[in-house]
Amino acid sequence: MLIIAQYGEIFIILACLFGFFMAWGVGANDVANAMGTSVGSKAITIKQAILIAVVFEFLGAWLAGGEVTNTIRKGIIDPELLQEDPQLLVYGMLAALLAAGTWLLVASMKGWPVSTTHSIVGAIVGFAVAGLGPAMVDWGAVGKIAASWVVSPLLAGTIGFVLFKSVHHLIFEDANPFTAAKRYVPGYVFLVGFIVSMVTLTKGLSHVGLDLTFNQSLLLSILLGLVIMGIGLIMQRRIKFEHNANDHFGYANVERVFGVLMIFTACAMAFAHGSNDVANAVGPLAAVISVVQTGGEIGSSALVPWWVLVLGGGGIVVGLVTYGHKVIATVGTGITELTPSRGFAATLAAATTVVLASGTGLPISTTHTLVGAILGVGLARGMAALNLRVIGTIAASWLITLPAGAGLAILFFFMFKGMFG
Amino acid sequence: MVTSNPFSSMFGRSPFQPLLAHIVKTNECADQLLPFFEATLANDWDTAAKLRENVTHLEHDADTLKTELRLNLPNTMFLPVSRSDLLDLISVQDKIANKVRDITGIMLGRKMRVPDELADPMRDYIRTSVACVAQARQALEELKDLLESGFGKNVSDVMQKMIRELHTLEHQADDQQVIIRRQLFSLESQLPPVDVMFLYKIIEWVGELSDRAERVGSRLQILTAR
Repeated sequence: MLIIAQYGEIFIILACLFGFFMAWGVGANDVANAMGTSVGSKAITIKQAILIAVVFEFLGAWLAGGEVTNTIRKGIIDPELLQEDPQLLVYGMLAALLAAGTWLLVASMKGWPVSTTHSIVGAIVGFAVAGLGPAMVDWGAVGKIAASWVVSPLLAGTIGFVLFKSVHHLIFEDANPFTAAKRYVPGYVFLVGFIVSMVTLTKGLSHVGLDLTFNQSLLLSILLGLVIMGIGLIMQRRIKFEHNANDHFGYANVERVFGVLMIFTACAMAFAHGSNDVANAVGPLAAVISVVQTGGEIGSSALVPWWVLVLGGGGIVVGLVTYGHKVIATVGTGITELTPSRGFAATLAAATTVVLASGTGLPISTTHTLVGAILGVGLARGMAALNLRVIGTIAASWLITLPAGAGLAILFFFMFKGMFG
Repeated sequence: MVTSNPFSSMFGRSPFQPLLAHIVKTNECADQLLPFFEATLANDWDTAAKLRENVTHLEHDADTLKTELRLNLPNTMFLPVSRSDLLDLISVQDKIANKVRDITGIMLGRKMRVPDELADPMRDYIRTSVACVAQARQALEELKDLLESGFGKNVSDVMQKMIRELHTLEHQADDQQVIIRRQLFSLESQLPPVDVMFLYKIIEWVGELSDRAERVGSRLQILTAR
C-alpha cells in the first residue's frame, strides 16, 4: 500500500508513456494492415485512407474499445487475488506494456512477423505465471482468447466466402452486371452500416451517455444503416457506364461501383481495428490507473476512465500520422491483385469478425483475421493467386511472439520489482 | 526497415498474366508463317531468313515467359484453377511456337519450295492452321474476364463457344490436309523423292500446329471446368 501511495504518480506517468508508445506502435504498423486491402484495391487513395483511419480508428477506440480493454485489464489476471500486493499488478502491467512495445519495435525492425495482440497477451500471461504464480491466471479466459485466435480467421474466411459467392451470384452472373451492381451494392452498404452500429450499440455506449435497450439499438442500427445507404446511393449516382473495347462484359464498370462500397468497408475496418487493438495499449494502462486511483484497493468493478481510451486512440492517430502512412503506402502498393469487389468481401468479413470480437471482449489479431477473410474469398475462386506460405507466417508469429513477449515481460517485471521494492 | 508484411507476401504474382503474354507471343510467332511461305514461293530467301529470325526470336521470348511462369508458381500457391492443369496448358502452348520454329527451320535450311500446283491449297491450309492459333489465343484471352467474374457463367459460355469454333477450324485444317496429301501423291513421280519426303513432313507439321492449337482449347476447357 505504501509503495502505491509513494510512487502513484510515477506509475501513472510511466503507464501513460508506455501505453502511448504501444498505441503509437499499433498506429504505425497495424493500421497499415487494416487499410492495406482498401488502398491496394485502388478504391481509395493513400491520403483518403489516412483520413478515414484517423477518424474511424479513434471512433472505434472511443466508442467500442471498452470490452477488450476490460479483458486485458482484469480478464486474464483477477485483480481481486492481488489485494495484498497491488503494486505487483502495477509492475506487471508496466512490464507487459514495455515488453510488448519493445518486442514489436525489435521484431518490426528485423522484419519478423508479429502481432500486437499476441505479444501483449503473451506478456501478461508471462509475468503472471513467473511473478505471481500460475494460479493467478484465469486459464479459462486465456483458453477462450487462444481459441478466438483460431476461430476469428476461420469465421472471417467463412463470411468472406459467403459474401463473395453472393456477389458472384447476384452481380457477376447477371446478364447486365453493371445494373445489377447498382441494384445490389446499396444493400451491401446498408449491411456495413447495420452490422457495425448493431454490434457497437448492443454492447453498450453507456460511457458516452447512451443507454439503449436491445430494440432501441436494433431500430437505431437500421436507421443508421439506411442513412449510410442513402449516402452510398448519392455517391453511386455519379458513376456512369463507360464503354471500353477491352471490357466486353462491363466488369471494369462493376468494379467502379464496388469502389464506392469499398470506402464504407474501409471505414468499418478502421473502426473495428480501433475498437479491438486500442485495448492492447490501453488495457494495462487502465489496470495501473485503477489500482493507483483507488489507493491500492483493487476493485474490479471500476470503470475504464474515458480519457484512457481517448489517449489510446490519440496514440494510434499519432503513430499513423508520423510513421504509419509510409507503411500504408508500402502495403497498399504491394497488393495489386485485389479488385474492389474482392477487397470489399474480404474487408467486410474481417471488419464484422473483429467488431464481433470487440463486442465480446476478445482481443484478436486484425491482421490474421483479414488474412483469413482473403483466403475465404480465394476459396470462392475470387483470387488469381494467393501464396499460402502466409499461413506459415501466422503460425510463426504465434510461436515466436508469445514466448518472446512473455520472456521480456518477466524480465521487466523483476526489474520494476527491484527498482520500487 | 525490412517489412515482412503478411499481405505483401500473400498476394502472389498472378500466373495468368505470363500465360496470356505467352499465347500472344505464340500467336505472333505463328503469324510469321504465311509471309514466310510467300517468301519461299517467291524464292526470296533473304526475306525468308529474316522472318525465320523473327520466329526464333519470338519463340525464345515465349520460352522465357514459360520459364518465368513455372518459376513463380511454388506449390504453396493457391489458385482458382488446378496448378497442374495450368502447367499443362503452358507446355501445350509452348509446343505451338516450337513447331513454327521447326517448320521454318527445315524449309529455310533445305530452301524448300512448294510445287506451284500445291501453292494455293497449301496457302489456305497454312492460313487455317494459323487461324486456329489465333482462335486459341482469343479463347484464352477470355480467361481475364472469367477470373474477374469469379468464373461466371456468362464468360464461360463465350469461352466455350470460341473453343467450339476452334474445333471447327481444326477439322477444316484436317480436311485440307487430306486433299493436299492426295494432290502431292499424284505429283510424287515427277518430283525428287527426298523433296517429297520432306514435303510430307511439312504438311504433317502444319497439321500438328492446328492440332496443338486445338489442344490448347481442350486444356483451357479442363482448366476452367468446375
